[in-house]
Amino acid sequence: MTDDAKRSGLSRRSFLCSGAAGALSGGLAAGLLPGDAAGAAAVTDAEAPDTVGPGPVEIELEVNGATRRLAVEPRVTLLDGLRDRLDVTGPKRVCDRGTCGACTVLEDGRPIYACSRLMIESAGRSITTVEGLGSPDAMHDVQQAFVENDAQQCGYCTPGFVVATAALLARHPAPSEQEIEAGLGGNLCRCGTYKGIRAVVEGAGGGGVSGG
Amino acid sequence: MADYSWPEADRRALIGSRPARLDGPVKSTGFAKYPSDQNPSGLLAAKILTCPHAHARIVGIDTSAAEAMPGVRVVHVIQGEGAEIQWAGDEVAAVAAVTEEVARDAVRAIRVDYEVLPHFVTEENRDGAPDARAAGERAEGDPDAAFAAAHRTVERTLGMPQMAHMCLEPHGQVCSWDGDELEVHASTQAVSTLAGQFATELGVPASQVRIRTEYMGGGFGSKFSPDRWGIVGAELARKAGAPVKLFLERDQEVTVAGSRPSAFARIRAAADEQGRLVAWDSDSWGSGGLPGTGQTPLPYVFSRLPNRRLRHTSVPTNLAGSRAWRAPNHPQACFLTMAVLDDLADELGLDPIDFLDRNLDLTGRADTYREQLAIAGEMASWKERWQPRGRTREGAVHRGLGVSVHTWGGRGHSSNCDVTVHPDGAVEARIGSQDIGTGTRTIVAQVLAETFGLELHEVRVSLGDNVYPQSGPSGGSSTVGGVTASTRRAAQDALREVLVHVAPRLGAEPEQLVAGGGRVFVDGDASRGMSWREAAAQIGGAPISVQGRNPGPGRLISSGVGGVQIAEVEVDVETGVVRVERMIAVQDCGLVINRRLAESQVYGGLIMGVGYALYEEWIPDPVSGRLLNADMEFYKLAGLVDVGSLEVHMMTGPGYDERGVIGLGEPPVISPGAAISNAVANAIGVRVPYLPLTPDRVLDALAGRGGPA
Repeated sequence: MTDDAKRSGLSRRSFLCSGAAGALSGGLAAGLLPGDAAGAAAVTDAEAPDTVGPGPVEIELEVNGATRRLAVEPRVTLLDGLRDRLDVTGPKRVCDRGTCGACTVLEDGRPIYACSRLMIESAGRSITTVEGLGSPDAMHDVQQAFVENDAQQCGYCTPGFVVATAALLARHPAPSEQEIEAGLGGNLCRCGTYKGIRAVVEGAGGGGVSGG
Repeated sequence: MADYSWPEADRRALIGSRPARLDGPVKSTGFAKYPSDQNPSGLLAAKILTCPHAHARIVGIDTSAAEAMPGVRVVHVIQGEGAEIQWAGDEVAAVAAVTEEVARDAVRAIRVDYEVLPHFVTEENRDGAPDARAAGERAEGDPDAAFAAAHRTVERTLGMPQMAHMCLEPHGQVCSWDGDELEVHASTQAVSTLAGQFATELGVPASQVRIRTEYMGGGFGSKFSPDRWGIVGAELARKAGAPVKLFLERDQEVTVAGSRPSAFARIRAAADEQGRLVAWDSDSWGSGGLPGTGQTPLPYVFSRLPNRRLRHTSVPTNLAGSRAWRAPNHPQACFLTMAVLDDLADELGLDPIDFLDRNLDLTGRADTYREQLAIAGEMASWKERWQPRGRTREGAVHRGLGVSVHTWGGRGHSSNCDVTVHPDGAVEARIGSQDIGTGTRTIVAQVLAETFGLELHEVRVSLGDNVYPQSGPSGGSSTVGGVTASTRRAAQDALREVLVHVAPRLGAEPEQLVAGGGRVFVDGDASRGMSWREAAAQIGGAPISVQGRNPGPGRLISSGVGGVQIAEVEVDVETGVVRVERMIAVQDCGLVINRRLAESQVYGGLIMGVGYALYEEWIPDPVSGRLLNADMEFYKLAGLVDVGSLEVHMMTGPGYDERGVIGLGEPPVISPGAAISNAVANAIGVRVPYLPLTPDRVLDALAGRGGPA
């Protein structure tokens, strides 16, 4: 059993038995609130075949520093939950299939595809979207570098690239080619802004751009 | 008549400089609200049911189960019983519901019975096409005699398949009604023309349709119309009495919302002993889905080639109709032509740059191409590094260089711009254009600020709304010329009005005054002047508002550009994998407004070009008639690490600047397919006749196995 599952008190097997779609890797129970709207029991016993859903489940999570409570069906992805329920629209829905990276957000500091995560999996966790890194008047270094290097055109892939770049540079302040490939190979742009994005990343070592 | 012109080079503060795009901060922080980000109060989500068959007749449709579902507000039948569907993915019904999840459930609950009819989706084999039709034949000179007398002739069958626009923001809109007034947040390239199209379909006056597109996530030629899903979205909103968001799912986006027509051709070309082109014969075909497709401009660039015969066949298929894809027809014509010319150069034993150079009088701009070929060749160290085909290898890895040339028009479109100067010195422009990622907002601001001698942040530009004066759709590289010309005319006129008020205070004639550095002063005597704010205060209590138009007087824009690109590749002849190591682009576009944004356009063109040269294609399944790769896993875009080193040289300065502003979006995407294919041929010694250059096609070519058709 993974640490995550231990924390949630819900085994992978029992979760799948519950009939909810998708695989569990996040801390479900940690953010589940007692007495949720659908009447799903709070998940406390790993041995019991507890179920959540299909009706809405009340959860709590932190988004860009603010605690948010909402009731979502287990099938709602983190991306759709952010965009449709919480009006956090920085992360974009493009491929909706874990390929393009436009929905990249940080979960407890780690970059993930929000389209490939159920929102209930992020219960009890801390989500940082591109809006949480900085604002137009107080940009994160990476956001500033995207502007200065013209690493954006239409800008629809940009939120995902900015978050992925910030995560990459936080771990590798002067990334190697292999680290760049691993860190940004999961993001796609259609306008063709890779030259600028590469300048952001390669300028990071000496250019004052830092991640995190 | 007043004079309209660009400032001389030594008087430009902003034009030709490299300011960062003005909407960079809101985009890089995720604060920019795209049409798909609009979440008005009471919003409903809409989904569309599409037909799974490439050709079918609807024999029955039952929406009762969907209508009975909790949370469903409206079920709308788009095509009912008896309708003949001509492509998989065509829209059949739509649902508006309280959430996306409910709308998807409801769409799945609609039962449609089809009579499945025969379909055809694989046009590369035109012999099997049921509806292929001759679409033009013409000849000039005496091709038969010229071929008979020629020194060398090559014959090739080449082709490239249909491919997708793959806009990252899918097509769609949020529609809200207030009584009989409709507001549409649309992801569009055509803010000013959409209202009329919505109005006609919906039976309301165009004056009651508001279109808003502050930002949009890519169009590339596919977003000029409301589309059926736009009208359906408005109908759903009207019936529901609530705002409705309807954006296509990714599979729908890939399947129906934009593709580039395919192009195939059997081509013969011949040259004389001096390496001069003397004859051309092409038998081409292609498809843009159900409408088929017209003739691409062959022979490309070398359009004065004597003794030519062209035949074309249009091949309709049961696939959604194609849309204008960045530089319509040019990438196809460029690949077909430049590949054949490259093979002919090889047959003649000539360096391809030398061969192109010998034939530049057959083009419309020999001097430009000659200069560009020299610059590009220098950048690539072509003379030192180019070798005849198949001679540069290290074990399994072969290296090659390829070259291509291209052209485009790029004349500015019809545009109107209102410029207002307020008595407090505030300056603003309002223009019914749209910034599709090219930087339109920024260049309009540059022209405005330049004209009034202000800093970029001191002027305000409003666009992306059809309440502003009409400006053309952003297509064909026509926006930069249109909006800079209309803005410059309005700004020059508004400034002249201000100067009439200022002149008496400075004891000068208005014609003696200029604006610069935040001041208005007597030209040649900067001490006789005042601050801009003080100058604006002279106009009295009411603002000055002037409309500028394009077309109009003065030489602000023109059209017609040339470009040269060189590709350097590595090909692993054991795996067939092609890697682009380096792309070089030399491009002119007249007077460059913003160097940084211009270069970004060219980089973007190169990158998109690497995509269609190596990876991108629609793959229709002949059995089901459906696309096998209507997603982003198997419809592959080039990634950050796939594009190699990119180098851009913009032709600017004397000889270019005085031509005025010319569009740049299309030209750089035209040559990459040809240049990369030519580099691969140079590396491995044989032509891979088909794009994209996937490993199987490379290995087939190395094994001497066929091409398309």
